[in-house]
Amino acid sequence: MSAMLHPALSNADLLGLFAHFLVLSLLAIGGAITTAPDMHRYVVDEHHWISDAQFSASIAIAQAAPGPNVLFVAVIGWNVAGPIGALATMVGTLLPSTALTLVATRWGQRRRDTRFVRAFKTGLTPLTIGLLIATGWLLARPYVDFSVQGAGAIALIVVSIVLMLRTRVSPMWLVALGAVVGALGWA
Amino acid sequence: MTAPVDEAGERASEGVAAPPGPMSPADLFFTFNRLALQGFGGVLAVAQRELVERKGWLSREEFVEMLALSQVLPGPNIVNLALMLGDRFFGVKGALSAVGGMLAVPLVIVLVLTAAYAEFSRLAIVSGALRGMGAVAAGLIMATAIRLMTTLGSNRLGRPLAAAFAILTFVTIVWLRWPLLWVVAGLGATAVAIAYARTP
Repeated sequence: MSAMLHPALSNADLLGLFAHFLVLSLLAIGGAITTAPDMHRYVVDEHHWISDAQFSASIAIAQAAPGPNVLFVAVIGWNVAGPIGALATMVGTLLPSTALTLVATRWGQRRRDTRFVRAFKTGLTPLTIGLLIATGWLLARPYVDFSVQGAGAIALIVVSIVLMLRTRVSPMWLVALGAVVGALGWA
Repeated sequence: MTAPVDEAGERASEGVAAPPGPMSPADLFFTFNRLALQGFGGVLAVAQRELVERKGWLSREEFVEMLALSQVLPGPNIVNLALMLGDRFFGVKGALSAVGGMLAVPLVIVLVLTAAYAEFSRLAIVSGALRGMGAVAAGLIMATAIRLMTTLGSNRLGRPLAAAFAILTFVTIVWLRWPLLWVVAGLGATAVAIAYARTP
């Protein structure tokens, strides 16, 4: 069963996966989730290692479980190539950004009022927001269609947005609501 | 590390008692472990409550500043924040303790769930529940994006130009399917250059 789920990746493919996530790590301005569209392009569109639905399910599992959302990266790696895949994507994602953060924090702390540091932050903020919207769009796409379930999914998305913006309800309850609505077959 | 002394000195000069910091790297590990295990759908809100309101390791201002920096730097925001906080108190050892504490147990949990999901995904109730949670996850991220849009008003690029860069980013990623590297190197460099020219 699990052998079927994990297509056998050659060593070259694994190395390519690792290298791709190493590069994405340094591009993940605004959080790892902002690189999700490019992960999708690489593992779904380009290499067909996992399906569109598997990709969305990977992120949903990580959201449903406790812990930082970045763990979706490990789940994608696991779905692509099992434990070794999870290791490749997780280490690839964390290594460069961790090293850079430790160096840059000490450097930037002393220069936080300089023109370049402020311009860097100003210029990249709009991109971060554009990337977040793109990520939300990409995650919603597999669920949204003209069926009854599609309408249920749209309703869940809208309710989540409104409650997050208008109330202080914990995201945990919204995730639970989604699980119940989905389990009943309404989304 | 001299940082804690500096912090205490700054606070003392403001007439505020120095709040307790973490006692050891192990304290960092277990604190971050506990807050990660409470974080369903993301850890940021729990981290703010635990580190600022309950432990008092950071003031609200320090937390916001650290968060801003962790957003500017590449990598997962909350991981970067853990690195910075750990580094401030116990150097690299503290940084790795905080991140390790936050990731170790949740990583095992999420991989066990993934393996279980592979076995049970044929059950309609399980795949249905995950579809519902996936739709909510999409909504949560959209809500975060909408909340952050308000910061574009005070962006030095000016609201129209900042909005244009956000929309162009969306279009190049979703419709044109450009690799992210092109988008950051092209649009990002342009936006930073314009911002630099407009920053006094």
